[in-house]
Amino acid sequence: MASNMDQGNPLLSVRDLVTAFDTDAGRVVAVDGVSFDVPAGKTLGIVGESGCGKSVTAMSIMRLLPQPAGNILSGQILYKGEDLATVSEERLRKIRGGEIGMIFQEPMTALNPVHRIGPQLMEAISLHEKLSSKELLQRAVDLLRLVGIPAPEVRVSEYPHQLSGGMRQRVVVAIALACNPSLVIADEPTTALDVTVQAQILELIKSMQDRLGMSVIMITHDLGVIAETCDEVVVMYAGRVAEKGPVRSIFENPQHLYTKGLLNSIPRVDSPRKEKLNTIEGTVPGLADMPVGARFAPRSPHPQIEEYLKSEAFRSEKPGLVQVGEGHWVEDCPYVRVS
Amino acid sequence: MPQSDCTPLLEVENLKVHFPVKEGVFARAKRFCKAVDDVSFSIKPGETLGLVGESGCGKSTLGKAICRLLQPTAGSIRFEGESIESLSKSQMRPFRRDLQIIFQDPAESLNARHTVGQILEEPFIIHKIGDAQERIRRVRALLDKVGLPQSSLEKYPFEFSGGQRQRIGIARAIALEPKLIVCDEPVSALDVSVQSQILNLLMDLQRDMGISYLFIAHDLSVVRVISDRVGVMYLGKFVELADGDELFANPMHEYTKALISAIPVPDPTVRKDRVVLRGDVPSPIDPPPGCAFARRSPIEVSEDVASQPGEYIEVSPGHWVEVHPATVANHERFLVRS
Repeated sequence: MASNMDQGNPLLSVRDLVTAFDTDAGRVVAVDGVSFDVPAGKTLGIVGESGCGKSVTAMSIMRLLPQPAGNILSGQILYKGEDLATVSEERLRKIRGGEIGMIFQEPMTALNPVHRIGPQLMEAISLHEKLSSKELLQRAVDLLRLVGIPAPEVRVSEYPHQLSGGMRQRVVVAIALACNPSLVIADEPTTALDVTVQAQILELIKSMQDRLGMSVIMITHDLGVIAETCDEVVVMYAGRVAEKGPVRSIFENPQHLYTKGLLNSIPRVDSPRKEKLNTIEGTVPGLADMPVGARFAPRSPHPQIEEYLKSEAFRSEKPGLVQVGEGHWVEDCPYVRVS
Repeated sequence: MPQSDCTPLLEVENLKVHFPVKEGVFARAKRFCKAVDDVSFSIKPGETLGLVGESGCGKSTLGKAICRLLQPTAGSIRFEGESIESLSKSQMRPFRRDLQIIFQDPAESLNARHTVGQILEEPFIIHKIGDAQERIRRVRALLDKVGLPQSSLEKYPFEFSGGQRQRIGIARAIALEPKLIVCDEPVSALDVSVQSQILNLLMDLQRDMGISYLFIAHDLSVVRVISDRVGVMYLGKFVELADGDELFANPMHEYTKALISAIPVPDPTVRKDRVVLRGDVPSPIDPPPGCAFARRSPIEVSEDVASQPGEYIEVSPGHWVEVHPATVANHERFLVRS
């Protein structure tokens, strides 16, 4: 499987993104110099644990950061050559929900509980296309049918609470697809759902992608979801990219000790029972006291790690990324890399 | 009381927990939500019974009923041979030492205004164990046991991360050296790297103290790792129960097969054939007649057949399955009567 990361023009290219929040305790950098490309028609996964900055990265792309606290400090978000970090709010409104669709974790909060399903879909379409109300209704019914909702003519006039969690998430997918987007950003789209429903929704997103040819950014904490849905993957740790590359290369040959630790610590259905799991010792450092050097270092199992933690490099040098395989990049610090 | 291996620690028989559904403020309940509907199983000393199922299947209600945090509607719960299903609060008290519960979000079950020291000392005060000095010695020993620093004593729950808070919840649960802990989704809210730390801690404590667990979770991989036996619940009933290795290697019920096949595998080279279920889980209020799963099963049957109830039988030693034309392939082989 060849990497698409440096072939042709990517649909979306994030370059050295830095996003910070101004809090009472001072400025906190949540995303610290993140870069990746989303190839056209492919799925890019962003994986990491709570607080690693994966959702803030997604919100930065859509410029949906909470105001006035959250701001993009530097970097570019190039979408078809246009820098979303600096375009006007008016232009951005055309792109959001039009060319770029979004799917959030909790469908009950993404949908308006006091409006029927139909009008919510019709509103999303009418913001980007001029159609008569009859045509809009027809489009809404067609979309519900497309995402596999039975009896869409009936469902279109129901309220969100009348649908099950899985059906509600299908409606959210339908809204994201309303204007034939080129890119869909899915932020933990199945985390709140049961496993059998999760399987249905992931299958749905995949089949929509095959039919409509869009790119997907899949944000999740679940490495199983990444393995099943993504072509490329970015592993984030504490606001930075630890490792990125083609999904097979990352899973079969992880080069960062964090990625390796994560892969080893997940329980699997074929794990032997009552045998101790591998763990990553310690916890993620707080956002306020992040080291400048490799952020995984305090938890790294590397034999000479104490040396690095005492070094000048750890206090003052931010490691970049180094290429280790085709399209496969890893944080350039020997103390957090697989030797 | 010494226990031999064959005497169960906990025996649950035909347990039902039904909630009345009131249609109006003064109306009498005409309908019932059958959250737990005729469930029987047992747990041996030192054993972990895993309990899986999707939201609304009744697994948490079952866990709470066993701890008598909810009143069962019918059936019996025997703890070390004694019936506890209808004991009063004060009669329950001696059993509380032996029967503990851990919740998903310890932040909600820990008093935010008490320090960790106070929280952990409370069980000893309630059960009148030791003097102040002895109690503090025991609290310090507890912190060591669950891997928390001694400096935690003076801190409040909010000062800890999710994983550390779960350690506090576990420390409180093991304070009185219980025989059984009901663990209700104890790692669901935690990140993977922390989740494995907590699972290891629970397994260590079991080995050192001989505790039994009823481990409730929706994540089959987690249940797989920690359990000796695994039960699968669907709409208030057990549909399958077997030794963990047996259940994952040889699932018989179509619902169990669907659950196992739905887990995303963290290996991009694996392509799985999914068992896809039709429709959604029906409501436990007025569930469909007969076999609750028949109308969703990949084995399609007529409505006549679906409205016949299935039979929960032991198909091989220790392997129980709800046998019905729609739930088990070639079901006839199990229904031959002598």
